[in-house]
Amino acid sequence: METRELICIGCPMGCPLKVEMENGEVVSVSGNTCKRGDVYARKEVTNPTRIVTSSVIVEGGSLAAVSVKTKEDIPKGKIFDIMKELKGVKVNAPVHIGDVILSNVAGTGVDIIATKNVL
Amino acid sequence: MYDVVIIGAGVSGSASARELSRYKLNVCVVEKEEDVCCGTSKANSAIVHAGFDAEAGSLMAKLNVEGSQMMEGLSKELDFHYKNNGSLVVCLHEEEKPNLQDLYDRGVKNGVKDLRIIDREELVALEPNISDEAVAALYAPTGGIVCPFGMNIAFAENAATNGVEFKFDTEVTGLEKKDGSWVIKTSQGDIETKYVVNAAGVYADKFHNMVSGKKLHITPRRGDYCLLDRSTEGFVTHTIFQLPSKFGKGVLVTPTVHGNTLIGPTAIDIENKEGTNTTQEGIDELINKAGTTVKGLPIRQVITSFAGLRAHEDGHEFYIGELEDAKGFIDCAGIESPGLSSAPAIGKMVAEIVKDLTNAEENPNFVGTRKGILDPKTLSNEERAELIKKDPAYGNIICRCEMITEGEIIDAIKRPLGAKSLDGVKRRTRAGMGRCQSGFCSPRTIEILARERGVDPAEITKAGGDSKIIVGINKDRI
Amino acid sequence: MLNYDIVIIGGGPAGLAAAVSAKRSGVESILVLERDKELGGILNQCIHNGFGLHTFKEELTGPEYAGRFIEQLLEEKIEYRLNTMVMDIAPNKVVTAMNREDGMFEIQAKAIILAMGCRERSRGALNIPGYRPAGIYSAGTAQRLVNMEGYMPGREVVILGSGDIGLIMARRMTLEGAKVKVVAELMPYSGGLKRNIVQCLDDYGIPLKLSHTVVDIEGKERVEAITIAEVGPDRRPIPGTEERYTCDTLLLSCGLIPENELSRSLEVEMSPVTSGPLVNECLETNVEGVFACGNVLHVHDLVDFVSEEASAAGKHAAEYVKNGAKHAETGAKDIPIVATEGARYTVPKTINPDRMDEKHTVRFRVGDVYKNCYVSVYLNDERVIHKKRPVVAPGEMEEVVLKKEELAAFSGLSQITVKIEEA
Repeated sequence: METRELICIGCPMGCPLKVEMENGEVVSVSGNTCKRGDVYARKEVTNPTRIVTSSVIVEGGSLAAVSVKTKEDIPKGKIFDIMKELKGVKVNAPVHIGDVILSNVAGTGVDIIATKNVL
Repeated sequence: MYDVVIIGAGVSGSASARELSRYKLNVCVVEKEEDVCCGTSKANSAIVHAGFDAEAGSLMAKLNVEGSQMMEGLSKELDFHYKNNGSLVVCLHEEEKPNLQDLYDRGVKNGVKDLRIIDREELVALEPNISDEAVAALYAPTGGIVCPFGMNIAFAENAATNGVEFKFDTEVTGLEKKDGSWVIKTSQGDIETKYVVNAAGVYADKFHNMVSGKKLHITPRRGDYCLLDRSTEGFVTHTIFQLPSKFGKGVLVTPTVHGNTLIGPTAIDIENKEGTNTTQEGIDELINKAGTTVKGLPIRQVITSFAGLRAHEDGHEFYIGELEDAKGFIDCAGIESPGLSSAPAIGKMVAEIVKDLTNAEENPNFVGTRKGILDPKTLSNEERAELIKKDPAYGNIICRCEMITEGEIIDAIKRPLGAKSLDGVKRRTRAGMGRCQSGFCSPRTIEILARERGVDPAEITKAGGDSKIIVGINKDRI
Repeated sequence: MLNYDIVIIGGGPAGLAAAVSAKRSGVESILVLERDKELGGILNQCIHNGFGLHTFKEELTGPEYAGRFIEQLLEEKIEYRLNTMVMDIAPNKVVTAMNREDGMFEIQAKAIILAMGCRERSRGALNIPGYRPAGIYSAGTAQRLVNMEGYMPGREVVILGSGDIGLIMARRMTLEGAKVKVVAELMPYSGGLKRNIVQCLDDYGIPLKLSHTVVDIEGKERVEAITIAEVGPDRRPIPGTEERYTCDTLLLSCGLIPENELSRSLEVEMSPVTSGPLVNECLETNVEGVFACGNVLHVHDLVDFVSEEASAAGKHAAEYVKNGAKHAETGAKDIPIVATEGARYTVPKTINPDRMDEKHTVRFRVGDVYKNCYVSVYLNDERVIHKKRPVVAPGEMEEVVLKKEELAAFSGLSQITVKIEEA
């Protein structure tokens, strides 16, 4: 039996959550005050994911950089691999919100897309 | 070979340089920092003392009164901010009124004009926010306030325009006498000169003691200050001192020429000649004391605190003159308060000493006036619109707190001895001096500095040396 | 002199939403004045995600959220001027503005919406002792340098203040290759969202030290070390608890201050608590026809609430333009809303039972963390709302909804009180 401790992010309460796990399966969640804590804990211990955002250099545009993000959640463990792939990336203006900047970043199957128009 | 090398581009060195540029002399100012006005001259009370403080008969008293009398005219010639707001020394205890009389008598002996002792009623009429404890005050209508950067920069710019050379980032490491002249060892190589003026502020004892057997000893006396936002303008209109007493020396509360309120200084003797750090105790002491002479001090409006070092010589006197045991070496040492007030007179005195030694002729090309950076806020809306038409940079606000335009910043960079760093721009234009303390404008000012100077933005510093703002580009270390 | 029905000062999230709403409420002549080179305000540098859950039911980044409103503004063909600084607003609603192309120019407005946003509290305002070298940035300045210009302001970082910007910047600096050594927070609780503490600090192993502050800054030219110390209940450092961190950077995230210099010149009455204007339920200030919304009014936690509030301001400004002072004429009096016992302030400050919509959301902040408490509303002495809350904290805005029906039916209503009551 393995125990993982988390802080719930559902509200300012920040319940200290205890998740009991066996063979990668959640056995029980305790410490939560509401249902949101349970849902969060189960996801966070089995498949934690995040959106990664950053910015890359734009050439020939009205601004020096364009902000970007992963189009969908990526596994938490891949965050730094993604940042490494973004290193040195330059794009040419114009760039529009939603344009793909890098496809299948760090083998996640997720694209990096622009989050701003730079004309 | 220079005729004169001045060590230090603070207010004394710059005033001396400007006065020396009246003569046909080959003058150079060496400064260890990247700009003028980087030491004692930049962090002080910004006061033009009337002159009742210094001991009667002292050089300090003489130059203070002279400097104070010259200030208004000079501020017009050289276009820097000065205001004759008058000062008040406030007495808080009935039994100390005789001390007020002593101060009055000393002032009269020193030649301070129009001094008066006023009663509580008149005091309250002059300063409605004066402490309920105040019983009387010495009123000095000739007291004033000045922009210390503005005065220092004006002297230096005018000197440069009249041919004085300035070498920055040049630290003096040694002094040698060679064949009747001087070799100054610096971080940028040797410089030869016939005469040396030692205007090195807290370091003046170091250079003096290199050449003289009669030692000086200067203690950096740290003063902590708090500057309040311009929204406090009018809280006090005169410079308010506390009458020194058995209860302590107190701190002053004064308006600045730009409408801020300044409180300070503490007086803490330290060893480190670079020790311009504020301390919690210092700031606490300051805030406590400032509340003694006034009531309802809006201390929550503080926008910055800082510390300056006074060059306190053990004898508490100005030492200005050629050394008997080191001919050609002229001290301008021990310049602590009222040094800023005395600066015009100090410059004149140093120049006269050098002139007498060299028999230098007058410089026929000397121009005694200088125009400061144009402040569009002084123009009417029509004039301002006209200015923007001519130069659109004056339509672009960079510092939102102080409403400083790109045009003013470019002027500050491009004029003689122009600004190279953020602090250089700040001291010349006030960009970054306001309530947000450059949070908003610094990235924009960096951009302008880089563009105008033709360097990479990463090269721009806060105040020269290693004070870089940008240390790399994103992800360069991953 | 130019003439517009509504002039909006600021093209950030508040100004954008106010403009769109005013246009959709039937006013054609609208001008937005923005001092920066693009619309969107501070959202442009907030490139992280988490915006828009309430407004768009999806998580957007700051620039995307701004982009949605900019699109609406363009669709509505609302006029705007960029790089334009408002220099003065006179009480007769003449706005003096300036830019490179038009020089100084004046605009006569019928109504004005103040949407200037806020600024960060500086190191000086915090009275942090020590040297004054390069390497001390407000978190927002660093955010701009990194996210919009691509520059690293430092390599090894200490952060003071655990507000959301501080937390977000801890993650940003880490992602871009810096080492964040510690986040110190003066208060015994963080002012930031729990989600940000977990996803910006815990994810990267960055320690958060509550009840700590910076007591010394070393380094003459560039920051060389920062010393933090624990503070007691009086928030003063406890001697002997000092910890020194070598680093080259100190980021400050110690609170935001509404930027109301223009409002003051307009003689708008201000709240000493929020540092923003006092407004009625139409978001109108004491100066007739002058409205305020967004962070210039009070600092918000979520941009969604800024947009909502600004839309209301836009709508009311439009009504004012269409009906003149008549819009305010009612049979009933403005009822003051008093915030007390844990509630620090309310927006609005007064409400008029005749003029108000069927329901009105009153927003406020609390002064401390309260667990298992009640948010209560009293009409005179009668408690009409008693809402149980597991926790309320200063970092998050609270709200109560007042009903027109209930207020109108209460005879002799002279005061509404909002307070926190312990269980």
